Amino acid sequence: MPFSLLKYGLSSEYPAEVDLPAPKDLKPSYDVVIIGGGGHGLATAYYLSKYHGVTNVAVLEKSYLGGGNTARNTAVIRSNYLTSEGVKFYAESVRMFKELSNEFDFNIMYSERGQLTLAHTDATVRAFRQRAEVNKHFGGRTEMIDRQQIRELVPTLNMDPGHLPVLAGLWHIDGATARHDAVAWGYAKQAAKRGVEIHQLTEVQDFVVENGRIKAVKTNRGTVQCGCAVQAIAGASSLLMNKLGIRAPIHTYPLQAMVTQPFKPFLDPLVSSSALHCYVQQTGRGEVVIGGGSDPYPLYNTRSTLELKEGLLAHAIEMFPFLANARLMRQWAGMTDMTPDYSPIMGRSPIDNYYLDAGWGTWGFKSTPICGKTMAELVASGGKTPALIAPFALERFSTFQQVNEMGATAASH
Amino acid sequence: MKIMPCPLNGPRNINEFTYGGELKQMPDPASCSDAEWADYVFNCENRAGVVTEWWMHNASSYWFLAERHTVTDEIIRTFDPKEIFTSRVDFAAKASSKEVVA
Repeated sequence: MPFSLLKYGLSSEYPAEVDLPAPKDLKPSYDVVIIGGGGHGLATAYYLSKYHGVTNVAVLEKSYLGGGNTARNTAVIRSNYLTSEGVKFYAESVRMFKELSNEFDFNIMYSERGQLTLAHTDATVRAFRQRAEVNKHFGGRTEMIDRQQIRELVPTLNMDPGHLPVLAGLWHIDGATARHDAVAWGYAKQAAKRGVEIHQLTEVQDFVVENGRIKAVKTNRGTVQCGCAVQAIAGASSLLMNKLGIRAPIHTYPLQAMVTQPFKPFLDPLVSSSALHCYVQQTGRGEVVIGGGSDPYPLYNTRSTLELKEGLLAHAIEMFPFLANARLMRQWAGMTDMTPDYSPIMGRSPIDNYYLDAGWGTWGFKSTPICGKTMAELVASGGKTPALIAPFALERFSTFQQVNEMGATAASH
Repeated sequence: MKIMPCPLNGPRNINEFTYGGELKQMPDPASCSDAEWADYVFNCENRAGVVTEWWMHNASSYWFLAERHTVTDEIIRTFDPKEIFTSRVDFAAKASSKEVVA
């Protein structure tokens, strides 16, 4: 070892870079309190501090940073949805994801591999044609491809699984993955640098409401006054909304996933099949991530079940028969806030200075940047809803203007 | 496999059943407002704790009610709907919207 390196390592002036300042006491009051220190909450704090000069912000996280659904999703980024409202929103998110590593000066391991969705029925082929055209119209890169092209893209794929031969594919070139933890850390570090306080192990338990406005939030570390509050607690959204009497059509379902032992690189694109309720992707480490639809009934729990895992694996093996010999390394579940139209609930709430970022079902990670940006705009403007998220307002259910994305989730739930 | 104690068919594997949503009080469709009806159709409590919910046994198309803990997944009690629904529910149309038969 070179002597200079040893000297450098032992020096008391070793320049350790602090990503997050050490925790301090909660201030008695903040301009903005963001409930939930996952990707969405941290992104909102970051864009507030960077673009709107709002820095008297606290992010309150009941557990540890990015430890909820930010850590439990399967890190898929794509915009090949069905409705124009949805595609516009997610396509902007994909554009922002591409720039994030540069913006943070921190590698989020963005990896554009393309996402391939398989059609096994004529009805799905027709739906794919529509999705391809809508996606292209809003600047996404999506094409219909035939069996031969699928074979060339994914040579290891079984083209005739059981009774469901592959007819065609929806090839979404913008499909990508990123390190989900890194996204949360990047936002946290940059927000903290600009003065945002991030308090972990700080659980919001109740609210102080006066004259129809949130005056303060009650936490396990004391009461904190706030100018306004944002909730970004995917999976547990209803629990806080119920305390405020905000009614919403959210059911919390577990969503299970698993990962195999590492293999040599064999699978570049992310492959999903809605008929088989299954999606398969290979990570940069070579492990194969297998995910599917939510559990069949609601539960506030991240337990796994054998029957869902068995069903998911049976379908994964139909797609990639050699996986039959794979060993599973890990399995887990997250809690998903499912809405009836498979779109989020974002924007204002019946309480004047309380903003909602909820109903993130199985589409939360991929919208992290655009969600943070638009929520920050909403908060900074004192409640002027940005056009991009106006269709996702809570009121859409009472005015019967749902944004139906049901057919466009990676695995139909 | 998790077991669901069906009031009609006895204990069965839970994948023989379909979840049917929370038990909610239906407003009178003839007199309630659109907002009240939308609230009934879409919104739910989604509580963490013991809830009463509808379930159906697929093979026998039998609907019943279950008290289940939504955190521990413990099924506390299942019972026939007649314990709650003691009289017939009628869906009478509004008088004004009655079809005129020529």
